[in-house]
Amino acid sequence: MPEAVGVSSREPSQGYQLRVVQEVLLALLAKEPSHGYQLRARLELALGPLAEALNAGHVYVTLNRLEKAGLVTSERVGQIDRPDRKVYELTAAGRARVMEWLGDTSWPKPAPAEFHLKLVAAAAAGLGDPVRLVDAQRHALLAGLAAAQRAALAEPDGSVAGLLLEGVVLRLQADLRWLEACAQYWTSTKERR
Amino acid sequence: MNASESLQHLGPVLRARGLEKQYGQGMGLVRALDAVELEVAAGETLAVMGPSGCGKSTLLHLLGGLERPSAGEVWLEGRRIDGLSEKALARLRRHAIGFVFQAFHLMDELTATENVELPALLAGRSPRAARRRAAELLERVGLTDRAAHLPSALSGGERQRVAIARALSNEPLVVLADEPTGNLDSSATLDVLRLLDGLRSSGQTLLIVTHDSRIAATADRLISMRDGAFVEETRLTHGSTGRLGELAGLEG
Repeated sequence: MPEAVGVSSREPSQGYQLRVVQEVLLALLAKEPSHGYQLRARLELALGPLAEALNAGHVYVTLNRLEKAGLVTSERVGQIDRPDRKVYELTAAGRARVMEWLGDTSWPKPAPAEFHLKLVAAAAAGLGDPVRLVDAQRHALLAGLAAAQRAALAEPDGSVAGLLLEGVVLRLQADLRWLEACAQYWTSTKERR
Repeated sequence: MNASESLQHLGPVLRARGLEKQYGQGMGLVRALDAVELEVAAGETLAVMGPSGCGKSTLLHLLGGLERPSAGEVWLEGRRIDGLSEKALARLRRHAIGFVFQAFHLMDELTATENVELPALLAGRSPRAARRRAAELLERVGLTDRAAHLPSALSGGERQRVAIARALSNEPLVVLADEPTGNLDSSATLDVLRLLDGLRSSGQTLLIVTHDSRIAATADRLISMRDGAFVEETRLTHGSTGRLGELAGLEG
């Protein structure tokens, strides 16, 4: 049985060490000073099942880096029967960075150009049937769509993490529609040759 | 075929070997289906995708005994069915297979309940048992309050949910669905999608032929067809949240 190309059993979620951008942690501190564990809990709420793949130590490493850069300050707070913990607070420079980030309209890469050129080059050099490449790519995206959709269906109504999963589903659907157009184009090109 | 008979069979529920279908002849010969090999396990959900005219509906018709193959074999629960008489095939379709079509195919003059209980009545169940089963199924598809309505008083999505309830009436070995959301808007598609996902979780063996990527993504396994043949196959159930996180734009 062929393995899913995009989401396969060879990639257990433990193997993933995903991160959020620094500005996300800064922005989460804009509401009130918090310690690392609180920030993680808020990320888990917003990301739902996707938070499982987050690197556990990443939040603390990033907070240290932000402190060195002068974007946050920290204060040790004693606890009764546990070690002290560090509470982080946004500095004026940190707040300015957050405002800049909120206003930034750059958008995560949609990447059709590389795949498009792959098909053009494969067809020109006779390296392979572009339609087959499209089929394989479509199955990889459908495996991702299946995972996102299942996760979305498992979220309760009104879940904020469900909104993120819906975004993944809609984006993959748009990519899949474009792949359909690719398949049609390269099928008709083959018939003309 | 009853439950005790089906328990004795351990192989795939549905199996096709060397399945071919041709239309026309000479220069006009069309190979709608070419040497297809397929096995569907008990409790498995399979989606078949492909462009119009790729042969996916023909495949569904051959598997469901609605058309006969030009060559090859179709086996249902360990029993070869492609050579059965018309009468035996009709009986088999009534008892062992549930069909869902793009255009719903409900009886316009019957209420939702009457449509759903019809297959049970035709299969020889008592009117009381058939009525009880219909009520259960309409509840399962969320249409208890629409039970007394005629199809003309139902939305497209509701009609398709009635059709799915009807397909389940005789606890079929397999449900065959041909473009079940082809006539539906996106919100009705979502209702049918939830229903199909629920059927998958409940262990109903299901084969869906579809254009709709979201519907296909509810399946355990996906097959793509081109020009009457299978070209790509993927198991969809090995999801990992890490891969999902990357798709959502978390940094690797």
